[in-house]
Amino acid sequence: MKTKINEETVKYLAHLSRIELTKEEISEFTYQLDTILKYMDQLNELNTDGIEPTSHAIELKLSLREDQRGPSLAQEETMMNAPQRMGPFFKVPPVIETEA
Amino acid sequence: MTIKEIRERLKKKEFTSSELTRFFLERIAKYDGEIGSYIEITEGTAIAMAEEADRRIKKGEDGKILGIPLAVKDIICTKGIETTCASKILKGFIPPYDATVIKRLKEEGCVLLGKLNMDEFAMGSSTENSAFQITRNPWKKDRTPGGSSGGSSAAVATGLCVASLGTDTGGSIRQPASFCGIFGLKPTYGAVSRYGLIAFASSLDQIGPMARNVTDLAILLEIIAGYDPYDSTSLPFSPPDYFSFLGQDIKGLRIGIPKEYFTEGIDRDVKEATTNAIKLLYDLGAKVDEISLPHTKYALATYYIICTAEASSNLARYDGVKYGLRIEGKDIVEMYKKTRLKGFGKEVKRRIILGTYVLSTGYYDAYYKKASKVRTLIRRDFQDAFRVCDVIVTPTSPTTAFKLGEKIHDPLKMYLSDIFTIPANLAGLPAMSLPCGFDSENLPIGLQLIGRPLEEETLLKVAYVLEKEMKVKTIPDEYLS
Repeated sequence: MKTKINEETVKYLAHLSRIELTKEEISEFTYQLDTILKYMDQLNELNTDGIEPTSHAIELKLSLREDQRGPSLAQEETMMNAPQRMGPFFKVPPVIETEA
Repeated sequence: MTIKEIRERLKKKEFTSSELTRFFLERIAKYDGEIGSYIEITEGTAIAMAEEADRRIKKGEDGKILGIPLAVKDIICTKGIETTCASKILKGFIPPYDATVIKRLKEEGCVLLGKLNMDEFAMGSSTENSAFQITRNPWKKDRTPGGSSGGSSAAVATGLCVASLGTDTGGSIRQPASFCGIFGLKPTYGAVSRYGLIAFASSLDQIGPMARNVTDLAILLEIIAGYDPYDSTSLPFSPPDYFSFLGQDIKGLRIGIPKEYFTEGIDRDVKEATTNAIKLLYDLGAKVDEISLPHTKYALATYYIICTAEASSNLARYDGVKYGLRIEGKDIVEMYKKTRLKGFGKEVKRRIILGTYVLSTGYYDAYYKKASKVRTLIRRDFQDAFRVCDVIVTPTSPTTAFKLGEKIHDPLKMYLSDIFTIPANLAGLPAMSLPCGFDSENLPIGLQLIGRPLEEETLLKVAYVLEKEMKVKTIPDEYLS
């Protein structure tokens, strides 16, 4: 059967997923994902024209509530696991290029 | 002893919760080195909770599990106690709040012994994907305890806690319960709040109890089930008195046996034990009929498309910014990539990449949308089946516990071990596994019961009858003392 996925695709997917992969992982995943995707192709045996998709197993009604203020976590608690912070902010590398 | 019996003895002051807690802590110290079920033992917290329970018991206060030592899978947030999801990316994460299930257990007076090992982010069927340790099956230590709630099942089966909580996305409570010879129940989707449960696949994940008897499942389910305004997918219902259904007879109950579950690939011993249990139900007055769930063979492919798609989205939050591991990079994208390279294990990366693929432009319709439509067909199969039967009975897994390392390099083979449990998650149905015998190597065999939405009591009723009739051993002899 024709290959569905190659190393370039895996590298591109890794970029989209924001994950760096090792060389070994790229080659291993290429083979494994190809096998898994071919297995998944058996769904094409089924005619699903006119079938509504199910995104949730239960009938969900839109869950809304009154916009009332309630207790929430203190700022210090929400920040306590931050790997790096600057005062009350999460600190990250620059996301906007700045002039040198 | 059931929770109910322990509660009676605590009330009669035959022993204290502190003594009971120390008994379990000593057993953990003695046996968990060889089993590896705990990621973290919260000794100080446990003793403090037990002392508080003793004070409350002395004052004559009550609580459904007042003074009972439990342990929970490390995917459930516990305030002030490290919660890692067995992942390096969350090492050191201390939740500032309790999950709703933990809050409810605490309100009823539980003692928390610790956090239990699992496959990283609940992705796996053998608990070999934990970033920290493997867990061994107490019945045979070269076997897996199942997964992803392998720590939760092994701890219960070794007697290292009274009962535990696990989570089930595609069978992660039932398959390990089956492999370790205990009872495990996945509630109806939405019956138990997922607030504070670290998300893997949000439309499938459910928290449920694991125990050595049906009575304990009923007690724990009653505590954790019910509406929670903190979870927008929580169902507005009040759990019934599950306990009152235990001991009711099953005369006239209609049992459906799906023919698609008894094909090749199922172990001879598993088939025999399942058939014997079905015969017993018949002898006790149930009506047994063959039914058909025609889309069963498509469930596995459907599940892996949906769960990887949801995982790729849910796991985007691990970026090294707000919590967890951070590896610095020259810019923010490099920081994300390096953090996720170091933080995630292979199975998690594999699923994120696969999920990204099935959701990407050009493939979304062919994979994700197609799978969502097949999910509708699978749900309809069950709806049709439940017109002619009240409970569906199948084996929990086609095999007993496989060897550690046996399937770890072949993901598709590993995925196939959940083939019988996955359909209930896709349809959001309650399902449980109970021990129904042993194979020729003395490994436990599990029987699966699947019910209508929010009819957990029917499953408990049937399981209770089987438990009393079959009297299957739930703890290996070497851990009996």
